[in-house]
Amino acid sequence: MAKTSKLKDHWAEQRLFVQRAVISAVLIVGLSSVVMLRLSQLQIVDYEYFSAQSQGNRIRVQPLPPTRGLIYDRNGAVLAENVPNYQLELIPEQVPDTHATLLRLAELQLIDPDDLESLQTLIDEHRRFDSIPIRRRLTDTEVARFAVERPRLPGVDIRARLTRHYPYGEAVAHALGYVGGINANDLQTIDKSNYAGTALIGKISLERRYEPELHGEVGHEEVLVNARGRSMQNLSAENATAGQDLILTLDIESQLVAHEALEGRRGAVVAIDPKTGEVLVFASQPSYDPNSLSIGMSRKDYRALQEDPDLPLFNRALQGTYPPGSTIKPIIALAGLHYGVIDPDDPRFCGGYFSLPGNTHRYRDWKRGGHGWVTMRDSIAQSCDVYFYEMATILGIDRMESFLRRFGLGDKTGIDIGGEKPGLVPSRDWKRASFRNKGDKVWFPGETVITGIGQGYLLTTPLQLAHATAIIAARGEQYEPTLLRGFSNPATGVDEYIETSALESVGVIDERQWDAIISAMNAVMQGRQGTARAVGIDAPFTLAGKSGTAQVFTVAQDQEYDTEELEERMRDHALFIAFAPLEDPQIAVAVIVENGESGSGTAAPIARRVMETYLRDIL
Amino acid sequence: MTTLADNRHQSMGMMTLLLRSLHLDGVLLTGIIAILIIGLAALYSAVGQNANLLISQIVRMGVAFTAMLVMAQISPDWLRRASPWVFAVGVIMLALVLITGDVGKGAQRWLNIGIRFQPSEIMKLGLPMMLAWLLHDRRLPPSLGLITVCLIVVFVPVSLIAVQPDLGTSILIVLSGAAVIFLAGIGARYIFGAIASALIAMPLLWYFVMHDYQKRRVLTLLNPDSDPLGAGYHIIQSKIAIGSGGLFGKGWLNGSQGQLEFLPERSTDFIFAVIGEEFGLMGALLIFLVYLFVVGRGLVIAAMAQDTFSRLLAGSISLTFFFYVFVNTAMVTGLLPVVGVPLPLVSAGGTSMVTLLAGFGILMSIQTHRKLLAR
Repeated sequence: MAKTSKLKDHWAEQRLFVQRAVISAVLIVGLSSVVMLRLSQLQIVDYEYFSAQSQGNRIRVQPLPPTRGLIYDRNGAVLAENVPNYQLELIPEQVPDTHATLLRLAELQLIDPDDLESLQTLIDEHRRFDSIPIRRRLTDTEVARFAVERPRLPGVDIRARLTRHYPYGEAVAHALGYVGGINANDLQTIDKSNYAGTALIGKISLERRYEPELHGEVGHEEVLVNARGRSMQNLSAENATAGQDLILTLDIESQLVAHEALEGRRGAVVAIDPKTGEVLVFASQPSYDPNSLSIGMSRKDYRALQEDPDLPLFNRALQGTYPPGSTIKPIIALAGLHYGVIDPDDPRFCGGYFSLPGNTHRYRDWKRGGHGWVTMRDSIAQSCDVYFYEMATILGIDRMESFLRRFGLGDKTGIDIGGEKPGLVPSRDWKRASFRNKGDKVWFPGETVITGIGQGYLLTTPLQLAHATAIIAARGEQYEPTLLRGFSNPATGVDEYIETSALESVGVIDERQWDAIISAMNAVMQGRQGTARAVGIDAPFTLAGKSGTAQVFTVAQDQEYDTEELEERMRDHALFIAFAPLEDPQIAVAVIVENGESGSGTAAPIARRVMETYLRDIL
Repeated sequence: MTTLADNRHQSMGMMTLLLRSLHLDGVLLTGIIAILIIGLAALYSAVGQNANLLISQIVRMGVAFTAMLVMAQISPDWLRRASPWVFAVGVIMLALVLITGDVGKGAQRWLNIGIRFQPSEIMKLGLPMMLAWLLHDRRLPPSLGLITVCLIVVFVPVSLIAVQPDLGTSILIVLSGAAVIFLAGIGARYIFGAIASALIAMPLLWYFVMHDYQKRRVLTLLNPDSDPLGAGYHIIQSKIAIGSGGLFGKGWLNGSQGQLEFLPERSTDFIFAVIGEEFGLMGALLIFLVYLFVVGRGLVIAAMAQDTFSRLLAGSISLTFFFYVFVNTAMVTGLLPVVGVPLPLVSAGGTSMVTLLAGFGILMSIQTHRKLLAR
């Protein structure tokens, strides 16, 4: 083959190639002529037609943003709505001098002089013919002030737009969250075309969690626009699909009672329906005004909010972790019964302190001199510490840890808003992994003792406490806490409810054990020696509860407090858990008042008022 | 006066010398630079006078010019020996893309090995090189057996690209392969046979190979008004832009269709519509003629080439370049479906520019590495 290739006829091949190249050239000329003729047809023959299409009116497709879904409480009260508002918008191509116009607007106090630079950037980023919102939510006087100057400010106009409004303001802010302008981070998580034309997006809590459902689907309209891009006439439209309305599990009346009861304090109230896991109250104080955040707060105001020592932006119900104190006792007692380590009727002596064998350290009872001989029921009703020091020692940390975890402690409850804290249930493994010094890695018997009264490393969120209380009320059945009852379709008016998801039962099947604990908790409120007898004795329904106080160990060194305030912040946290009515529990509640000193004195009345409000219909 | 003429003569001489030492072809280079300049002007207008985007395009041109310079230094003999290896590496990379590649715009086209690039670009040169290598020492016109081998060689990379899916590129690569086989002088009966079987294959492609979006584009071509918001939008807006440009155009930076952003993909696949709108029929014809000039020079280089490999490769590169221009302009003027082929050397975007100028580098190498043959 190699030989024959040497013999191949190069001249003939080159002639063949040239022949083919000529055919190719003819083909090229032919195809090029087709394109050139086509160009001539478009640009000469049909010029008039296309020129009219181009220079006269043109079709622009523009997005129709969907209306954001409303948010209702469980009884249909509106918690978040859309209200028309006036906003100032600017179209760059119609403004002769953008800088001068912005300066004039600042002079008229219609925009903040501090924002001039960021507004200029905003304008530069948009297309010349876009209408850019430069100030949301004008007051009536501002509208009037602008109206006078309007003829001298071409390209700036006032438009009515829908903005978010929360009628109950800060009372529900920590549950609902708020909406705000779409920023660079948001852009990475959303479908940009679906948000074409949308100005607001959910930033936190429910507004963020259910953003896809609340937002809806964008629509499009075809409008005839003139040569400068201005809309002349609507041609056709594919309407937007409005977002779904949310029906929450919250009861706004109980929520308002909880919010007001916490007024002037730092704390949280969470109430749950034990039969479903539906969250009825979700309050955290202090709070913030979601309306002003949704308009777009000035940087100075936002910083003030962030730097407030009372942390109004901090969602205590979801993220605050507190030692549960004595409110943990019913669960520890149940553990004692479940593991068969105690006889509830066997009285133990409380002499005011407890010592581990071979150790002289005294773990003191809150009551000097002690409670004398107490049964398990007495120890819960009177909140005897010594009884639980002893029980904790018998149970040991391993069994306590595993039992507390069954009640959802030490782990996120799975509520449908983000940012939940898991709290902490300590164990030997945890200690080994979390401490640096070798000597600290060991679990000490004394740490078991104080875990029995909810002190030491144990930490719970108010949500977890309410969840654990709901489990006691439901005698071991448990449901994932949720704030969403269902969706309502605004177009059809059809409501669709969501089944709450049941979690694994805690596995205590002996009803007598539940009876013992629940009746002891009832004695707390309605027994002769109950710690919260003052709150519970005259209640119009049967109820069970448990008070708690948690020591505040440290105040951060770098925080500045005057002495009076420092003293206030060193006081114990007040806690209370409760549920009612006994025979058919419908509400379980947990209350935490930071530095409230007395669980039965400060927190219990709040719990009672919330339960009374929620049970108003059956009373 | 004489000194001035002498100077000019001298500087011309210097220029020729410089070009020759760099293995560049002055005629081809002039055409390419003319296209690049017109292209930059159009692009500047199409991107809304954004200097940054223009600069990044110029940077890409710099990279592409480097690729051209490098290719021009490689002698055709060396290139011929490298051909099967280039082809093999290309096929392996195409296979890797399907296994590990990055997905962009619903298609898996990118390979990320330090830098992100499309291996299908390698194949634009790799396939004609491979075919030219297969045919270079055989008796031409090729036998039926040899043609079959060539068809298999075409089929492997094209099928790998078609399933990415990238219809535009696979069509162009088929055409570049067909160009080699055609230039090798295959008989007329084979050509007509191929055309007949293509007609038969069309319905098969339609039902078994084409994606929905590709079918929609063909249907929209036949009736653009059927989907004015979706696929038909491109063609309608593009025709309005070109048609309203008239004989002399609306003037640079004054095309309302492009400037008001009615025209989609105006800096990439539809940039020819910006040229048509702003420079009118005269401008569109001018750039078209410059393209034809470059193609013509390529064919002349091919015809003057000294060996079969160089002839076939140079011819294929030139014809493929024309196919690019034709498919894009026909697409933008509504003669062909929107298949996603950029306007060569003008549309924004890096990889195709590098491949194109590398191809021209090969043409220049063929033209400038001439051996003294005894006639």
